[in-house]
Amino acid sequence: MTNIPVEMAPGATPPHAPQNWRTYFSFSTDHKVIGIQYLVTSFVFFMVGGFFAMIIRGELITPEADLVDRTVYNAMFTMHGTVMLFLWMFPSLVGLANYLVPLMIGARDMAFPRLNAVAFWMVPVVGILLMASFLVPGGPSQSGWWAYPPVSLQNPTGKLLNGQFLWLLAVAISGVSSIMGAVNFVTTIVKMRAPGMTWFRMPAYVWTVLSAQIIQLYGLPALTAGAVMLLMDLTFGTSFFDPAKGGQPVLFQHFFWFYSHPAVYVIILPIFGVFSEIFPVFARKPLFGYKVVAVSSIIITVLSGMVWVHHMFASGTPGWMRMIFMFTTMAIAVPTGIKVFAWVATLWRGKLRLTTPMVFALGALVMFVFSGVTGIMLAAVPVDIHVNNTYFVVGHFHYVVFGAATMGMFAAIYHWFPKMTGRMYNEGLGQVHFWLAFIGANLNFFPMHPLGLMGMPRRVASYDPEFIFWNVAASLGAFLLGMSTLPFIVNLVGSWLQGKKAPDNPWRAIGLEWLVSSPPPVENFEEIPVVIAEPYGYGRNEPLIANGKALELEAAEG
Amino acid sequence: MDTQLNTSPVQEASHHAVAHEHDAEGNSMFGFIVFLLSESVIFLGFFGGYIIYKLTSTNWLPEGVSGLETREPLINTIVLVSSSFVIYVAERFLHDKKLWGFRLFLITTMAMGIYFLLGQAKEWSELPFGFTSGVFGGTFYLLTGFHGLHVMTGILLMTIMLLRSFIPHNYDNGEFGIKATSLFWHFVDVIWIILFLLLYVWQ
Repeated sequence: MTNIPVEMAPGATPPHAPQNWRTYFSFSTDHKVIGIQYLVTSFVFFMVGGFFAMIIRGELITPEADLVDRTVYNAMFTMHGTVMLFLWMFPSLVGLANYLVPLMIGARDMAFPRLNAVAFWMVPVVGILLMASFLVPGGPSQSGWWAYPPVSLQNPTGKLLNGQFLWLLAVAISGVSSIMGAVNFVTTIVKMRAPGMTWFRMPAYVWTVLSAQIIQLYGLPALTAGAVMLLMDLTFGTSFFDPAKGGQPVLFQHFFWFYSHPAVYVIILPIFGVFSEIFPVFARKPLFGYKVVAVSSIIITVLSGMVWVHHMFASGTPGWMRMIFMFTTMAIAVPTGIKVFAWVATLWRGKLRLTTPMVFALGALVMFVFSGVTGIMLAAVPVDIHVNNTYFVVGHFHYVVFGAATMGMFAAIYHWFPKMTGRMYNEGLGQVHFWLAFIGANLNFFPMHPLGLMGMPRRVASYDPEFIFWNVAASLGAFLLGMSTLPFIVNLVGSWLQGKKAPDNPWRAIGLEWLVSSPPPVENFEEIPVVIAEPYGYGRNEPLIANGKALELEAAEG
Repeated sequence: MDTQLNTSPVQEASHHAVAHEHDAEGNSMFGFIVFLLSESVIFLGFFGGYIIYKLTSTNWLPEGVSGLETREPLINTIVLVSSSFVIYVAERFLHDKKLWGFRLFLITTMAMGIYFLLGQAKEWSELPFGFTSGVFGGTFYLLTGFHGLHVMTGILLMTIMLLRSFIPHNYDNGEFGIKATSLFWHFVDVIWIILFLLLYVWQ
């Protein structure tokens, strides 16, 4: 590979980031434009999913089912889960990775830019299909985000075009989009790294994206297989999962969880990567045990494919199978624990700067450790059977997907916001956002644990009055959490329009993305960098690349 | 749509540079192999489902059905598997820049694929059970149908490759298209062999 500098056509202006907002509504093949398209689109759906959550918590603030009809309530929790996972978590993480991976590995773009754009434009299609299910007779699917048969096969309206059908179609299209993305990311990371960017010079974030996308490649097709069979049962009268006609509903659960458990790692692995990027910057120390952190992501990828039956301990799973999956589930705590240990060791005696991305990352880490503890509890078969289908499970995974993943996502957005927009965000509003979100999230999700232990089942619109205390607390927390989004929106929109101009490297961070201007030029690098050092060389005072300017590590204080 | 930004001379020049810095054909082939590996998991899922149904169902075969006829499907299998060798010969011809040999062998491969599909259609029309006849009927039509869809895709890809061979300078940027088509065809073959063993041999 040789470095060919971009030859300028005579009279041409140097390539710059898109100045025109219309670019973001076009079929652009620039990975940075696509990254922001993903992030903004998914945030819109985050608010939609959040609105559904507000209705759910509004219903649950009293023991009686008095706010909405029960069918509407069922539709709300189904759509809340589906939107938050398929339209917020996955696309926002893909958006972040789209923006960062080519910059971090020293590439001008993804391996397949057009495929990248096609994959993005499927996301709005998925969203429109799902929202359209409010307009069909019978309303949206009511079978929960996991769509277990026989509930998902009921089709009360008897029409071909029903909410469950649209749900399956949307999930299938989302799967196609994710597979396109995964092929693109894996190829980009394996084949497009800059000279000198060896495997163990890749930032930990790139390792986690690679691990997560490999999971998409082996896991998603299983869900697709199950979804195709469910669609045929629902629409064409086959009997794969219909117990009344000799089918096996538990087989669908296998298909579903073979993907949907590893999908949790698709979500959390890149967030682990975000932690690994943010902690060294704001602790001014190299990432502790970088190579071990990098490899532990791949170990998680492998192990995560062997744990899915722990969602089915109460689905007639034989004892020997429960034992095996209890063991593998607990084993996955080892590579995860290694990472937590490495982050704590990175922070230990560091010169901590509690900027907004740092407090979000710290808050997310705390909530992740909490969810890890309840996760280990749930891995134990006796505990799992006791709290199966109760709010304990709901509390556990909300600590993961909100506490760790969404808070980590906010950390990432604040951290790279100056790079993406060329503007600084407002620190005060950022701190307000953090404290509202952190208090709101804990007030919302912690009460779910005692509720679950007391025996309150999930997915109910009414409950026994003995559960009222914790439910009111959770609902108030949820409303606080909903409000926390306001300072975020005000901050980001306002700062993007009028914020202080950001320097190339506002955090004095080490990484290829901080070498280029903020926002980076089209095609990222004038000359492809030649990497000569490991990442995270904080305090080592060594150059990162052989060509080009040095990082502004000392210049911009504050 | 704002396409002005995408076609500035600077960007086009550098796109050109990207193509040479990173071996674009190698990337495409790598990506395609990754995709096929992922695609094969869908088949693995269907195969797994079939095996579980077959081992655990109490009434496996629908009433009045004693099993599947194997003679004609075997002939079909032989035709499809041999077509993998034919497309390989076509690829060699293209490698030696002998376009007419390439086209001849590609058309032969397509003919063999179409023969396979016609045989499949004939078998379907004569079967005494439908896809709603229990899980046996369902899995049978699902597996053969999903595979048949892949055979059709393969034939479509070959048609495109055949037409493109008439475009001058089509192979100046490498032969990724035909390499990928050929790999896809081998993939479809291997899937069929497993499918044949599961559906017809293991009765």
